[in-house]
Amino acid sequence: MEALNITASTVAAKHPAYRNYIPPAAARRMAPAVKMGVVAANVALEKAQITQPDAILTGSGLGCMQDTEKFLNALLENNEQFVPPTAFIQSTHNTVGAQIALGLGCKAYNNTYVHGSLSFESALLDASLLLEDKPDAKIVVGGVDELGTEFVNYVKMLAEKETPASKIPMSEGASFFVVSSEMGNAQVLLRDMNTCREISVAEISNRVGSLLKENGLSEEDIDTLILGTTGAESDVYYKAVSDAFPKQTTQIHFKKYAGQYNTSIGFAVWFAVQLLGEKNTVSDRKNILIYNQEDGRNHSVIIVSRC
Amino acid sequence: MSSLQQELKESIIEALNLEEFTAADIDNDDALFGDGLGLDSIDALELIVLLDKDYGIKLTDPEESKAIFQSVNVLAAYIEANRTK
Repeated sequence: MEALNITASTVAAKHPAYRNYIPPAAARRMAPAVKMGVVAANVALEKAQITQPDAILTGSGLGCMQDTEKFLNALLENNEQFVPPTAFIQSTHNTVGAQIALGLGCKAYNNTYVHGSLSFESALLDASLLLEDKPDAKIVVGGVDELGTEFVNYVKMLAEKETPASKIPMSEGASFFVVSSEMGNAQVLLRDMNTCREISVAEISNRVGSLLKENGLSEEDIDTLILGTTGAESDVYYKAVSDAFPKQTTQIHFKKYAGQYNTSIGFAVWFAVQLLGEKNTVSDRKNILIYNQEDGRNHSVIIVSRC
Repeated sequence: MSSLQQELKESIIEALNLEEFTAADIDNDDALFGDGLGLDSIDALELIVLLDKDYGIKLTDPEESKAIFQSVNVLAAYIEANRTK
């Protein structure tokens, strides 16, 4: 992974050579979110040595924004006539999950969660419920968002009105994983997750502490905190959480590496997996806690442990 | 006619996002569907919208569309005979 110094207020993903993963005939209709999602899901499946998952669960805050913008702008420009059918078909949020399924020829349960900055977590929650129902299931679950071309500017304008404003550029990306209830060849243990819409700054560290306790852990057991710090006013939540942990706990601010988008916490989970390392490799980290929120809302805490 | 054919090729490439093609890659008699350019039913919808938007031609009969979209030459001839703009 290469870290770049970005000064712009938006930053596009560094895209792979899609022709290595998607036939050109299929790729020509795909917007960046679809391409990123299809490739990320396929790489995850390949690593897990699974060809047919038992479910495909996708989270996306804004869905296929590029085609949505294209379709709506065409409606406006052409007086609600001559609307481009491809942009309409591809504009729905579930296009990513659908294209993953089409590429795999997979007719299993397929659902997309569109819950703003809790979209990835909602998909993950569905995966955990599904695993309770079908313990032997192998589920591909992920989050994806794309910048688009226009709407992101309005989001930026709102973000810049905050005092202090976020120092993190708007971005895009996709993170997909294969989850199962079997330890087998698992790389990491996704121990627990807790989300809530609203909570006070005074209560957040207790919420995190309760989740740790429910999992037989304490603040001292966490090696690394991965936080969604942006420099904005709502960073007081991150301070409240980090203050509850010992001073020597490593802190990583993941949005410095991934940028800001609704499902960027998927990147944080991927980051945690990399830090914990492969099952049979040496790592000095055992437990990682990820905490993210957006503008003081949509809080999520995820605990990931080494197998 | 040849400028219309060139214009059509460029419009088709843009509307259908045929990233792999340039206008020079498409022969006037190449089949647009099937073994030629390999277009499909969604592309046919895009072409119907393109004809309406750019040339004022409304196609409502699917069988008629199949015949018109045989090749750039056939499409250009149909446009010349039926265009309203």
